[in-house]
Amino acid sequence: MNEKRKLFIHGYKNGLPIGAGYFAVAVSLGIAARDYGFSALQGFLASLFTYASAGQYMAFNLYNVGGTLIQLIILTIIINARYILMGFALNQRMPEGTPLGTRMLVCTCITDEIFGITIARRGAPSPYYTFGALIAAVPLWALGTATGISMGNILPVSIVSALSVALFGMFIASIIPEGRKDKAILAAIFASFAFSYAFAKLPVISEISSGNRTILLTVLISSVFAALFPRTEGGSDEN
Amino acid sequence: MKTNIYLYILTMIFTTWLMRVSSSLVMKKPIKNRFIQSFLYYVPYVTLAVMTFPAITEATQSPIAGAAALVVCMAAAWFGAGLFPVAIAGCVTVFIIELFI
Repeated sequence: MNEKRKLFIHGYKNGLPIGAGYFAVAVSLGIAARDYGFSALQGFLASLFTYASAGQYMAFNLYNVGGTLIQLIILTIIINARYILMGFALNQRMPEGTPLGTRMLVCTCITDEIFGITIARRGAPSPYYTFGALIAAVPLWALGTATGISMGNILPVSIVSALSVALFGMFIASIIPEGRKDKAILAAIFASFAFSYAFAKLPVISEISSGNRTILLTVLISSVFAALFPRTEGGSDEN
Repeated sequence: MKTNIYLYILTMIFTTWLMRVSSSLVMKKPIKNRFIQSFLYYVPYVTLAVMTFPAITEATQSPIAGAAALVVCMAAAWFGAGLFPVAIAGCVTVFIIELFI
């Protein structure tokens, strides 16, 4: 019992600095959500229980352009596909015979950052640790979202404009370090920028909704890279 | 007509949660198929990159400020800055550039 308590407190402490970062980025998400027609309460609830930055940004945006539930489900699956991978990585660490409830609780706590601190620890991931981190970080994510939605119209335009890139900054910070380690990822990132730009500007194609363009581009570019530069669990094959 | 917003939020919450725990429901051994492994390997980077550009240039008042923030964030992340510092560097870049435009 004492051990579980210690793990929970340890997770909670490690989750607090993550939560501080979340708060600032969530304000930026909230500013976007306000433009997309979400109230502070709706944004708060969505953030408290979804806690997925890129996925939520997509979902808020999609709602604004009149997206359907089917589109929402497809895009959520695609954008959060990394959570499946992270789930597999965490499950890989749990010994055979670990109860399903334990496995599910550990995976319920997945965010990019909580996954990061959990996988960095030795041994089997503990649900007490991950849940402690989640309890520390996610309420700040939800509060930040509500703050962005309710304060967005009080803030000066220059501040709103500046804050609106925070979310993209977080996206960039989550992809570039891996791109530095793996040239194929870096190439995929630049290919994505180029095709995303082209798809946004080209006649006919630019008329596809931005949500559908994201699905299309993700499937196309990831498939091409998977075929050209296949990976196995240990990383790259060619070196 | 737009979908009911609460139904929409519930769908968002439930689908995202299912993504997190789905591996726990099916996993007894790691996936062996090489193409699927590789595809999933690239997906997060491609999705985030597609969503970042050109959207970052449309989020700011001046597209130039957004583009500059992209470059600054990429450089900061490349040289090892963490999530939060990179985000702040982007905000400061936009703020300064838009003071002069």
